[in-house]
Amino acid sequence: MADESAKHLEVALVAAERTVWQGQARIVIARTTDGDVGILPGHAPLLGLLQGGTVQVRTVDDEYFVAAAPDGFISVANDRVSILAENAEMGHDIDLEEARRELEEALATGSETDADADEVRLAEARVRAAEKTA
Amino acid sequence: MPANLRELRDRKASVSTIKKLTRAMELIAASRIVKAQQRAQAAGPYARELTRAVSAVATFSNVDHPLTTEKADPKRAAVLLITSDRGQAGAYSANVIREGERLNQMLREDGKDVVPYLSGRKGIAFYTFRQREVAQSWSGDSDAPSFARAREMADALIEAFLTPTEDGGVDEIHIVFTRFVSMLTQRADVIRLLPLEVVEGEEAPAADDVLPLYEFEPSAEEVLDGLLPKYVASRIHYCMLQAAASELANRQRAMKSATDNAQDLIEKLTRDLNQARQAQITQEISEIVGGASALADANAGSE
Repeated sequence: MADESAKHLEVALVAAERTVWQGQARIVIARTTDGDVGILPGHAPLLGLLQGGTVQVRTVDDEYFVAAAPDGFISVANDRVSILAENAEMGHDIDLEEARRELEEALATGSETDADADEVRLAEARVRAAEKTA
Repeated sequence: MPANLRELRDRKASVSTIKKLTRAMELIAASRIVKAQQRAQAAGPYARELTRAVSAVATFSNVDHPLTTEKADPKRAAVLLITSDRGQAGAYSANVIREGERLNQMLREDGKDVVPYLSGRKGIAFYTFRQREVAQSWSGDSDAPSFARAREMADALIEAFLTPTEDGGVDEIHIVFTRFVSMLTQRADVIRLLPLEVVEGEEAPAADDVLPLYEFEPSAEEVLDGLLPKYVASRIHYCMLQAAASELANRQRAMKSATDNAQDLIEKLTRDLNQARQAQITQEISEIVGGASALADANAGSE
């Protein structure tokens, strides 16, 4: 039993105003600024900035989901994985059509200012998460 | 004492209406406090993880970040004053504004210029009435602050902080807000936001909770670069949530005493009303009795 319990990750996907998802997982795949990292139980402590805005999680029940986590970061320590992003969202909660429309609007506005660029990144992350879920 | 019956009746009716109003406001505030506390709780995990991560980076890397560096000779200080949008909350706004004035005074005595940033219409009204210059102000959601708003404030403040002092930037940033200690106690409080003191977390980590040796991706500097602005926003959000809960608690208390006062007034008016009515009846009876005896006297005289 002790071995079994050591073979999963305690994952928390946390947005600024609420905890989006919390549970046990077999693997977490996140894209940091240096590329994709897959995190398995027993991973060394890590702090990384996320880029691209999606995180993939396979839970202990073999469920698979994608979450949008634009501009977030990931922290791993003692088999505890925390993914923090202000606007974290579960992929299956996102309406793909709507997300695409928002992305188009954001792209049309351009990305000259920081706020506009942020908006584009947020919209991209949502579309990507919704696409991967579908 | 106005002896007029109708006048008393009107006053009683209007006080009853006021009582109903304040009672309703009290109940609304009471139910919103619960929500405000839930929001504060929901924001807890994010703030906790962020604090942990930031202190991890700060502990294991000797990076100097502009946001954590103290300037040698601080000349200008920004003060973010968090007040409420609406009144009817007792001395809530007055208290936090007074605390802000105290801080301003202190900063000026230290030879620093004060650059005010305001949140909440009450604070804005206080400053515009005195025709003071305000760097930037926000209002509209003081009793349910969103993270987006906190982020907006953080961006503005960080930008001011990173601007050189000569170009209108500031050297330090303070927040004046009301801390929600309990339902009964809320205290106006000041914290220094920037330069950051990372160690000062809201909850001290337990003694056995040793921070592990982290790997950083891509590098400690860049991670810190990404984290600190988020940390600042999260601190501001924390202050705003505390202020919102305090505002609602103050409003509930103020409305409760208003309701009690209205009740007292109603009781007093009822007594006055009864007395006036009784006096009128007594007068009528004595008039009738007087009239009857006068009649009897007249009749007795004629027989």
